[in-house]
Amino acid sequence: MSDNLILTANIDGADDFYADLLAAHEGLSPEASAALNARLLLVLANHIGDRTVLAEAIAAAARKAK
Amino acid sequence: MSKIFETPLYPYTRHPDQDAATPARHKVIVIGAGPIGLAAAIDLANQGVEVLVLDDNDKVSFGSRAICFAKRQLEILDRIGSADPFVERGVEWDVGKVFFDEREVYKFDLLAEEGHRRPAFINLQQYHFENFLVDRVRELQSQGAPIEIRGQNKVEAIGQHDDHVTLEVETPEGSYTIEADWLIACDGANSPTRRMLGLDFVGRVFEDNFLIADVIMEADFPTERWFWFDPPFNKGQSALLHKQPDNVWRIDLQLGWDIDKEEEKKPENVIPRLKAMLGEDVKFDLEWVSIYTFQCRRMEKFRHGRTLFAGDAAHQVSPFGARGANSGMQDTDNLVWKLKLVMDGKAPESLLDSYSSERVYGADENITNSTRSTDFITPKSDMSRLLRDAVLDLAEDFEFARPLVNSGRLSVPCTYDGSSLNSADALAGPDISRPGSPCPDAPLPDGFLLDLLGDKLTLLTIDADGPESFEEDGIEVKRLALSVRDDPTLALQRRYLGSAASGVYLIRPDQHVAARRETFDEPLFRAAVRRATGKE
Repeated sequence: MSDNLILTANIDGADDFYADLLAAHEGLSPEASAALNARLLLVLANHIGDRTVLAEAIAAAARKAK
Repeated sequence: MSKIFETPLYPYTRHPDQDAATPARHKVIVIGAGPIGLAAAIDLANQGVEVLVLDDNDKVSFGSRAICFAKRQLEILDRIGSADPFVERGVEWDVGKVFFDEREVYKFDLLAEEGHRRPAFINLQQYHFENFLVDRVRELQSQGAPIEIRGQNKVEAIGQHDDHVTLEVETPEGSYTIEADWLIACDGANSPTRRMLGLDFVGRVFEDNFLIADVIMEADFPTERWFWFDPPFNKGQSALLHKQPDNVWRIDLQLGWDIDKEEEKKPENVIPRLKAMLGEDVKFDLEWVSIYTFQCRRMEKFRHGRTLFAGDAAHQVSPFGARGANSGMQDTDNLVWKLKLVMDGKAPESLLDSYSSERVYGADENITNSTRSTDFITPKSDMSRLLRDAVLDLAEDFEFARPLVNSGRLSVPCTYDGSSLNSADALAGPDISRPGSPCPDAPLPDGFLLDLLGDKLTLLTIDADGPESFEEDGIEVKRLALSVRDDPTLALQRRYLGSAASGVYLIRPDQHVAARRETFDEPLFRAAVRRATGKE
């Protein structure tokens, strides 16, 4: 299903990244946090650029959606 | 002062058809003297086809309605007459600004590409547009062309037969019956023709209302398209400001779904909204107010026997994108040459089915674009709004987010990819002139390319040999021989050859490419002519 999307561990210093992510949300209201996530998503999507990878990423994320 | 849209332009007069013992038979009847019906009739009259336009009214459209006309439509006007009066009267524009809350987040420039006769867009009130088309009708009449408009002639019933249609027409002096070999219904989004024939109009209605107002004011706003998301003067909604000729400004204000339309249209409710937008001190007059709902719908097919549907009667889109009247003009552009060949017995009736399939394809493209714009302008869920606002916020700082901002994807002509009339692409040429494409214009020493192409089937040779003319099964093809030596701006080379050394194009009467290859090959081009006219 995901021929192009990397779904194995790929972030060097995963804990540091996760801490950065939480820090960005610190002190924000739920609305402001949601807006930050939306902006982050769009920034990352543009960096990836490849529509095939993006479609696979949407599908991977949607697996848990009920 | 009496307005152009208050003056009867084609007042009712009694016609001998109304006293005929047996119903008079016309070649083509067009229902509706709007932009599309008039364009269809003019195109037919240019080809020498007798045509009668029936309209239930006797005036041009009330209020500005369609105001943005794109380059391709101006080119079509050139083909059926001249776009000069439209362009001279219209307002040219190419800059758009997008505001979010109080901030300007994004500015776009349509950057009209050099080397086209016509600008990317003009704004012109639909009543002026129709008025100029009526002028063209009068000009054709003075030259003896068989074209006629009958005002206050309302079609009340339609009978479909194998080889003609019968119409019951209501006039101020009673009703009469007439017949036509072919009927073109251009009677708008609420098409009575569609209803009388019991045909569906399927699609989506968006639960939102927009107030649309034409305001006359002396204002120093620039000639730009200004679009606001969530502005302070219309919180949580959107707004549009766009200039028209004669100091008339178009304003669209999103109102939401649960409103009382009649209440909202009252000047005492409209004026405070406009003052909030324009400023308390700005003096203006209200010329026209209306409320509309976004709808994206189309008929399953645009041909039903001898009846052909065009314009809003066949398909409807939401307005931010100028895809209504513009796409309707592309309908008749596509239809009229086919109908002429069928009427002359030079092509099978099935050629008209390609009108339906090509323009259904075009309508779907417009509906897709229009639906996406609408989903951006009026988000349907909290998350949709969150993502929309994220795009707008990012667009202010970062270039990458700007293409995602969708305040309307402006009309561009449809390329009929996959049409049964196309021959396989046999030239390693540019994408923009692949089979199915509308021919891109190019400046030449003797004028612009599109003017030279005109409205006949053409063999365009660029640095290639070919016959001056040839006939295939009754259809004549004339050559237009060009060379990149006479191409000072290299536009011809860039738009038609790319890296190829030469090119031969078969171009349809509606100036769409039917076939292309590097050199002339007689059997292959004969086959391409048959294919382009529905014979294989």
